[in-house]
Amino acid sequence: MAIYALQRVFLSALIIAVAVTLLNVMLHLVPGDPAVMVLGPRATPELIERTREAMGLDRPFAIQMMTFFGNLLRGDMGTDVFTGRSVTTIVMEALPYTLSLISVSILWAAAIGIPLGAYSSIRRNTWIDRVTGVLSVGTISIPSFVMALYGVLIFAVWLGWLPAIGAGEGLGDQIIHLILPAFAVGVSWVGYIARIVRASMLEVMGESHVRMARAFGLTERRITRAYVLRIAVLPAVTLIGAGVAHLFSAAVFVEVIFARPGIGALIVAAVNERNYPIVLGAVLITTAIIVLATLISDLVIAWLDPRQREGL
Amino acid sequence: MTDAPLLQVRDLSIDFGTPRGRLHALRGINVDVPKGRIMGLVGESGCGKSTLAYALSGLLAGNGQVTGGAILMDGQDVTKMSDRQLRDMRGQRVSMIFQDPMTALNPVITIGRQMLDIQYRDPGTSAEKRARAAAMLDRVGIPDAAAQLGSYPHQFSGGMRQRVCIAMALLTKPDLLIADEPTTALDATLEVQIIELLRELQQEIGCAIVFVSHHLGTVAELCDDVTVMYAGEVVEQGDVRSVFHAPAHPYTQALLECDPARIKEATRHLPTIAGTLPDLVNVPEGCIFAPRCAHAWDRCRAEHPAARRASAHHTAACHLLDTEART
Repeated sequence: MAIYALQRVFLSALIIAVAVTLLNVMLHLVPGDPAVMVLGPRATPELIERTREAMGLDRPFAIQMMTFFGNLLRGDMGTDVFTGRSVTTIVMEALPYTLSLISVSILWAAAIGIPLGAYSSIRRNTWIDRVTGVLSVGTISIPSFVMALYGVLIFAVWLGWLPAIGAGEGLGDQIIHLILPAFAVGVSWVGYIARIVRASMLEVMGESHVRMARAFGLTERRITRAYVLRIAVLPAVTLIGAGVAHLFSAAVFVEVIFARPGIGALIVAAVNERNYPIVLGAVLITTAIIVLATLISDLVIAWLDPRQREGL
Repeated sequence: MTDAPLLQVRDLSIDFGTPRGRLHALRGINVDVPKGRIMGLVGESGCGKSTLAYALSGLLAGNGQVTGGAILMDGQDVTKMSDRQLRDMRGQRVSMIFQDPMTALNPVITIGRQMLDIQYRDPGTSAEKRARAAAMLDRVGIPDAAAQLGSYPHQFSGGMRQRVCIAMALLTKPDLLIADEPTTALDATLEVQIIELLRELQQEIGCAIVFVSHHLGTVAELCDDVTVMYAGEVVEQGDVRSVFHAPAHPYTQALLECDPARIKEATRHLPTIAGTLPDLVNVPEGCIFAPRCAHAWDRCRAEHPAARRASAHHTAACHLLDTEART
């Protein structure tokens, strides 16, 4: 277990380092000098040169990366080129908005998708199963930003029930502001989760231990809930763990559309301004969260399925 | 005892809906299992022995359908039971052991929990039920039984898992145990141990057993009676000794000749029965074994043979036994 944990931590650190390095390379290939962007079109060449020195852009790429990782170990992700504020502070300010959006989205999607999938597998080939199937495929194929746009149009503009933009002040207001974005991000996940749970329920239902449970007179309800569902949700847990990356990219669009603060909105703005330290910091934290999510989903699977614990 | 047999299968027919049409898997099956006796059910793969075993506890696959006859458990017809009645019967009066112990237990639930779950109708606290489960595991030869209640199935070997399954099946002291090829997936040494265990437990509990197997040696060793099935019909049945020592049906004779245990001379080729199983969607007229039978004559292809007395203790469905007609 300890060895397994160490391996996972080391692997996670490696993944993050590789991701950040790759991103840095890509940022350097994008046209546009950050120093020029900061100073504006009327800056003198000397001033630009001095700024480049201050930002460390004059040094070789490898040295820049070493410096970045060295600072990172001290918890320092650099400073914002424009405001001079600490990148760590800026990212940590935005993070709770995105995390709440992502977790609420996936939680409501799982809370509806898992029972829906289980129910349609029990009632397979009835009209309820077919309707669920069509709706699932329908919602899977609609991108979250389209959902977001129609959500705003219907519930905010036409009906006026929900706010269209912003994140709200205070807990109650924030929850109300979260409804539409979380709907937009989560709705296709309801379909995904329902489909995968249905398919694996059907598979597990055909396994011989289920027949054995029936042969011992256990009720169908008990068999479904305690004996089948626990195995059938495993693929859904893996899917959600791996899907956190998709959730982040969905959050980028949705945060821009709803003008919500958050990591997505932060990255989009920072890329437009060539604000490298912010882009790097935000992507670093995002990657860390994605890696962490995969780890959590592996642990949840190990908790649900004792066979998976053997390798730990 | 003058009581009616515990289990009476009367003229049972079962069809399966398939894309090719209705497959007549079982046709006119008659089997009696008296209380406390062990009935062997033998035949080659696809003869319907497992279908019959599952039908006995109402566990037919979704496309299976009883088209005629009855299965009487203590006089009550299993084929007409409601889901509720079936559930009450299963795990209490009738329990089952399955072929593959590797997949028969739920992989994510502890042995103890599974053994506790099947006692849900029994009186007593869960501590008592756990104690009962541990005692039963101990009885089937699981070392350190009480501690093993917290183990998961994958932590046991195949033989141990089959012991756990047997413990579960006999925990509720059923009247009838249906064992569907319980030793087929195990190696030979384990097979002997499991058979020995089943025999001991049967004597302790006094339950009847329907023992499905294609291993004739095992059946001869364990069973009191035997029913030989071929292509969905009973061809010969009765006392094990009479059937195996003086088989009257050509199919039983051929089956016994093919048993590797009976081959005395060294050979590179194992004997087989020529031909293949008949098409059960369009069941041919006459005797079902006629196309593969060395003794078949005109009557066999035209008329379906009824069960006739072959000796004091067994019957066979073959025209060869109709001595009056031949003389």
